[in-house]
Amino acid sequence: MILQMGWRNIWRNKRRTAVILTAVIIGVWSMIFLGALMRGFSDRMRQNGIATLTGHLQVHRAGFRNDPVIENRITSPAAVLDALEILPEGARWTPRIRVNAVAGNARHSAGITLVGIDPGREAAVSFIGDAVRQGRYLQQEDPLGIVVGEAFVRKFETRLGNKLVLMSQDANGEIASRAFRIVGIFDAELESTEKQFGFVHIAASRKMLGVGDDICEVAVLLPSHRQVEAAAESLRQRLPEDTYTVETWKDLLPIVRETLEIYDVFIFIWFLAVFIAMGFGLVNTILMAVFERIREFGLMRSLGMLPRLVVVEVLAESFFLLVLGMAAGNLIGLLSVWALSVNGIDLSAFSAGMEFAGMSRIIFPVLVARDIFTANATVFLMGLAVSLYPAVKAARINPVEAMARP
Amino acid sequence: MAWRNIWRNPRRSVLTMSAVAFATLLLVFMLSWQFGSYATMINASVKIHTGHLQVQAKGYQEDRDIRKVVPDPEAVGKILSRTETVASYTFRAEAFSLVSSKDRTYGVLVTGIDPEKEAAVSTLKDMIRKGRYLADDDANQALVGILLAENLKVSPGDELVVLGQGRDGSIAATVLTVKGIFSSGQDEFDRSVVHIPLHDFQEIFAMRGAVHAAVVICTDLETISQAKKEVSEALGNLEKGRSLAVLGWKELVPGLLQAIKMDLIVGFIFYLILIVVVAFSILNTFLMAIFERKREFGVMMAVGTTPGRLTRVLIYESAAMTLLGSAVGILVGSLLTAYFQVHGIMIPGTEEIAREFGLPERIYPQLSLLSVSVGAGVVLLITLITAAYPALKVRRLKPLEALTAV
Repeated sequence: MILQMGWRNIWRNKRRTAVILTAVIIGVWSMIFLGALMRGFSDRMRQNGIATLTGHLQVHRAGFRNDPVIENRITSPAAVLDALEILPEGARWTPRIRVNAVAGNARHSAGITLVGIDPGREAAVSFIGDAVRQGRYLQQEDPLGIVVGEAFVRKFETRLGNKLVLMSQDANGEIASRAFRIVGIFDAELESTEKQFGFVHIAASRKMLGVGDDICEVAVLLPSHRQVEAAAESLRQRLPEDTYTVETWKDLLPIVRETLEIYDVFIFIWFLAVFIAMGFGLVNTILMAVFERIREFGLMRSLGMLPRLVVVEVLAESFFLLVLGMAAGNLIGLLSVWALSVNGIDLSAFSAGMEFAGMSRIIFPVLVARDIFTANATVFLMGLAVSLYPAVKAARINPVEAMARP
Repeated sequence: MAWRNIWRNPRRSVLTMSAVAFATLLLVFMLSWQFGSYATMINASVKIHTGHLQVQAKGYQEDRDIRKVVPDPEAVGKILSRTETVASYTFRAEAFSLVSSKDRTYGVLVTGIDPEKEAAVSTLKDMIRKGRYLADDDANQALVGILLAENLKVSPGDELVVLGQGRDGSIAATVLTVKGIFSSGQDEFDRSVVHIPLHDFQEIFAMRGAVHAAVVICTDLETISQAKKEVSEALGNLEKGRSLAVLGWKELVPGLLQAIKMDLIVGFIFYLILIVVVAFSILNTFLMAIFERKREFGVMMAVGTTPGRLTRVLIYESAAMTLLGSAVGILVGSLLTAYFQVHGIMIPGTEEIAREFGLPERIYPQLSLLSVSVGAGVVLLITLITAAYPALKVRRLKPLEALTAV
């Protein structure tokens, strides 16, 4: 009966209820919608990072990461590849040669990262497999071909079929140089990626650097990013720590990791700020509803209603307001996320800025169950908590004084 | 009358004012924070290397072609010295080259600088961590970035071999001694740059007296656009001056400007939504303040108060509340910001991001007329619009009906 009273009471003043509901709806909607957008931002950033040659985890010879030279390569790849067998089913991995090199043609020269890849395996792990827009991807036998980025080609004023000379330090510390022919041009989300990487067949890079069958790194992509920590741990146990380092994308991309953490905090602060903004309105509305009914509460109390029940009744009003607002807010939030998830939001106008921050041009909102839960829990629990104030006020009403009022 | 009306229900008024104050406080603080971090970002990037303005050959910014030069630096220097808004300037020349130490080779940007003038433009001199800064009469000495020095495994006194391509396409080669090691805090810069004296550079790379850029620091951020205009005009009168371009920091670091713009826009969307929630939150108070006083207004109208006057009283009432709320918000917000402006804010877990952009660990919000007035202004405007709605409704009140209303 108390609940029924609460429900009926909120509809006694429709305008007031409508206004406060609007506040709650906009609040909840903005939490869900902007939360999803921020998640979309950070998800894309993580995916970009992982696809841009990072993978979920990587194995290197200890010391390679601080000093990425060919000397610090993995000299017994068989041991590492054996250890990879303990990876969970569905995991894909690829070996790479990866060194700093200088690329030059008749007009330009610049530093790039020379990546020697196994074309078949690489395509299953990183972005390069389906990023080639002109020409072709590397083939199983490809001693001369190199795939470079679109921005690189522009900068070097070159084109498909032209020669490119790469220089790098070989296994003996001498400068090795080798001419390649541009067989493919790839597109990437970020221009810096297009300028940074040149892909050749792993056999060609091994021959150039004189490293036999050795490799520089192994990148692993797991079926789900939840398995990362466990997989890294089991690999660490198989591979001696003083010879190999196993690192996850969180170690490899510290900036992405930090950004994701900041977003987590920021989303929560946003929830809180919105809640405080509507909390003031909620308290005020309930407070008004209580004070204009002082006589009524006085009457109920003198008819024997317990103060406890008065609190429950007022809370019930607040409860219905919150639930209605939350339901509508969630619905509109989900609908607007769904509407945007088809095409995403195109932020090309800020492409250089996005580039600067390492993000991609089109953002798709991403719903995270935890965010929706946090948003609703924040609104609901704290909404009820602040409503306690007017509720207790109502319960403290002295029946005699209240009845004596005009 | 309006003032007294506010205090007839102090609790409600205080809650309403708190909502306004909260929104204002948040906006003042966040905007100051944003502006502060932008100033830090701009200064960091300008002071480390870029400068406020650069005079370059047209097209050099895009393709960094060693042949696109400023052929007669002296003539440009004369113009710059004549311009009042220019605080200091220096010349630089740069070329991508292979730099080898005893056992490592990296591709780096070798930059020729005028040691004395450079010190007045960038903070390079203060960045020296080991060894010493270049002197004017140094020959074949070099300053190496700290990360590059680690990669090359060199310390002051060690030798470096430079191999590159001169302006005329000839091979440029020389041996340098490391004189100092600098750390800018910006990883990319510390990993990829070697500074040598400009006259050495011009000799090694066959520059025939030419440079690649005149880097200019203006008297302050506000005079940049004026300086840019004056210098461009003066250059136009120069022989061959038409092949030169004056670029501002916005063109030199386009990503920075866009990142700032994006951050601002995203910020404004969040703030706007927050303010709308606040507006709906307090709309109820304003509405109620009027409807529970219907009788009162009826009396006032019956004794001859015109509807216009009544509206005015109500608007004064709401305006006084929002103004008071804003004032409190501005005051507390400014105090809070001022505190952090002195002490700085450190967000734990952002070290990597700060290093990426060369930012200091602590961000200092910057309290300014703009940051205070924009936030407070928008809140005030929207809440006043909200408050005006019920005040205008009161005009339609009919004295007779109002008097009989309960």
